[in-house]
Amino acid sequence: MADSIENRMIAILAEQAVMQPSEIRADATLSDLGIDSLGLVEAVFAIEEAFDIQVPFNANEPDKSEFDISTVASMVRAVEHLVSAQK
Amino acid sequence: MRRVVVTGHGAISALGRTAAENRASMREGRCGIGPLEFQDVERLAIQIGGQVGGYRPEDHFGRQELTLYDRFTQFALLAAREAVAESGLVVDEALSERAGVVLGTAGGGLQTQDENYRQVYEEGKNRVHPFVVPRLMNNAAASHVSMTHSLRGPCYTVATACASSNHAMGQALNLIRAGQADVVLTGGSESMLCFGGIKAWEGLRVMSRDGCRPFCATRNGMVQGEGAAVFVFEERERAMARGAPILAEVAGFAMTSDASDIVMPSQEGAERAMRGALRDAGLNPGDVGYINAHGTGTTANDRTECAAVRQVFGAHADRLMISSTKSMHGHLIGGTGAVELIACLMALDEGVIAPTIGWRERDPDCDLDVVPNEARQVRPRAVMTNAFAFGGLNAVLTLRAPD
Repeated sequence: MADSIENRMIAILAEQAVMQPSEIRADATLSDLGIDSLGLVEAVFAIEEAFDIQVPFNANEPDKSEFDISTVASMVRAVEHLVSAQK
Repeated sequence: MRRVVVTGHGAISALGRTAAENRASMREGRCGIGPLEFQDVERLAIQIGGQVGGYRPEDHFGRQELTLYDRFTQFALLAAREAVAESGLVVDEALSERAGVVLGTAGGGLQTQDENYRQVYEEGKNRVHPFVVPRLMNNAAASHVSMTHSLRGPCYTVATACASSNHAMGQALNLIRAGQADVVLTGGSESMLCFGGIKAWEGLRVMSRDGCRPFCATRNGMVQGEGAAVFVFEERERAMARGAPILAEVAGFAMTSDASDIVMPSQEGAERAMRGALRDAGLNPGDVGYINAHGTGTTANDRTECAAVRQVFGAHADRLMISSTKSMHGHLIGGTGAVELIACLMALDEGVIAPTIGWRERDPDCDLDVVPNEARQVRPRAVMTNAFAFGGLNAVLTLRAPD
């Protein structure tokens, strides 16, 4: 399952970044991917829809959120955690 | 140039049912934000707001009227009634054609839309009330104010999101200056506190779940409010000739567009609007003692607004006071600038500066005198009020004590 979440997450981020999934590195940051704050809010929405979960994310305090947005890998881990916690 | 004064004001918000009640709450630093009460609120992530509590439409309007009045229209009519009464305005045949209405709103009859969408989509009804359209249209409030007070000159609605009321009042000022009207009822009204209204805002993830704390390091977003405020703007010579109460002079107005981002504010656009409103009034930065901030409580707005104030006011930025009354009444979106003008009038005519309540911790990015938590007794000679809307639309007014 973990692999499937990772692949689906990469697909979501790739779409937002207008890149190929193969170009999305695990250690890439949002800024590396050219995703701004509005793009991030849209990606969070896509993640919630794809996995049917609630992502605790407030655009006013992205650093304080339990949803760690520092890298692609951290976001994948956060979603894996949320999926197992909310299912 | 023809000068414009305020000869009456009325308001309804979470802070009170009249302008006097709103002033009293602002003076006391009372918070009007609390748990929201409406259908399906339990399905929302955001469940707080500045609602007009215990409001019963049938206490104010007859059955026939209420079939035509969305809640945002009701609020506008109540505020207009109060403003006209205070100004002592007598609308005779001659004045009727020289008097108009310019009101701001962003959502218009959103409660009517929400209720009726629920009926046709969720409940599967195939019939709607015949007056859905005249209730929900954005100009309904302006038209009913015009009809109620027989104001037959220019009448329209301005919709520029969170700057709607400031744009509307700027339009009213310029209509009178240009000689197209002698009296204009202006301000704004909003009633977005319903399931659809809040659900849409939740999506942006800029709303706070626990409170509106503008300029505070712990701020985490905006909180919505509802209500209206309406002012009688009147040509100065006319107001003086009839011995009207003169609360303040509307000294200047400027509007700019950032032309950059649909939601992120630009410091440069805000600066140009503030400079323009000073220039239009013939004021120097040092004349302004108080700024009613846009101060939404979002990270981006408050930081950008404070930086813009520093740029425009230079060293004087450390001597002026700036507060956000949204901390008390919430963000009334298209009606917000109107309710916030009450704080400006209170500063000029009572010498009381409304506080920014809920403030806990200094943010180095907002290092101005934000009048934390308690009102201040100071009587400025001139004040400024800011509105910076989504869409990058900025509208700033300056007012002066009457001379």
